[in-house]
Amino acid sequence: MGSSSENNPAETAEWFLRHIRFSREIGMRVEGLTEGKAVISMPYDARLIGDPATGVLHGGAVSALMDTCAGLAVLAHPSGPDTAATLNLRIDYMRAARPGLRVTATAECYRVTRSVAFVRAEATDDAVTSPVAIATGTFTIQRANE
Amino acid sequence: MSTAEEIEFRRDRLLRSLTEGVAMASFLGVAFDRRGDELTATLPYDGKLIGNPFIPALHGGVTAAFLEMTAIIELTWKSVWQELGEEQGLRQADNQSIMPKTISFSVDYLRPGMPRDSYARATVTRSGRRYASVHVEGWQDRRSRLFAEANGQFLMPGAHE
Repeated sequence: MGSSSENNPAETAEWFLRHIRFSREIGMRVEGLTEGKAVISMPYDARLIGDPATGVLHGGAVSALMDTCAGLAVLAHPSGPDTAATLNLRIDYMRAARPGLRVTATAECYRVTRSVAFVRAEATDDAVTSPVAIATGTFTIQRANE
Repeated sequence: MSTAEEIEFRRDRLLRSLTEGVAMASFLGVAFDRRGDELTATLPYDGKLIGNPFIPALHGGVTAAFLEMTAIIELTWKSVWQELGEEQGLRQADNQSIMPKTISFSVDYLRPGMPRDSYARATVTRSGRRYASVHVEGWQDRRSRLFAEANGQFLMPGAHE
């Protein structure tokens, strides 16, 4: 995560889409952004398969989506962080994402202190409503005016 | 080929059979360097792996993926090496039914991943019939200066979920 010029959600999302190279590389798309909440999806991609026997996406692909979505949620927090860098990201995998389906992550930055932001996130596919994975993350943040 | 060469050849072939089907590894450019039974994962720098363009730094998701695949390959490699025996391991690897499933994975980001080559080694801290715990360390220039570390719990293949 890097710096966002404005704390306007649409501009943050636009900035984000343009600059996070790896996220762009694997086709992530911002689906929604409100104060402290972000929704990002990514397409199923054969390049990201983890288990060749099943065609299931690698856990790392889901990690990348979760990390990106959680970071964006931090940048969209109303307290106005200018930078956000991941300190820790923990992901629990409930089930395999169904091969062929888009995966969507929803993240909420629910608490911010002077220098740390706390986020929870969930990933789903279109198959069933039960989550593929749940994540919790902590981010170190900075504000330009401090 | 001498017997010694043949053994090394078989071991390398076994390792290749575990890793080459993992598309995510090829996509990121991850390879595994083997010395005896010890594996070191390598992630050569590539511009597409960047997350934050201003520092610039590796994408946190790339780091997480790199450490997670290092843990999975190490775990698979060690169980094939120790429990199944090489020949049986090869057969198992051919039908690719021996991948452990990640239950939980937690990554600590200790410093930014710089735009240069990265390395990782995993240690299986606990390995049972159903579950295993793995610790992974990632570094760049200096082995003693980690840029990320992770712990994961895995469900072993064949275990009932």
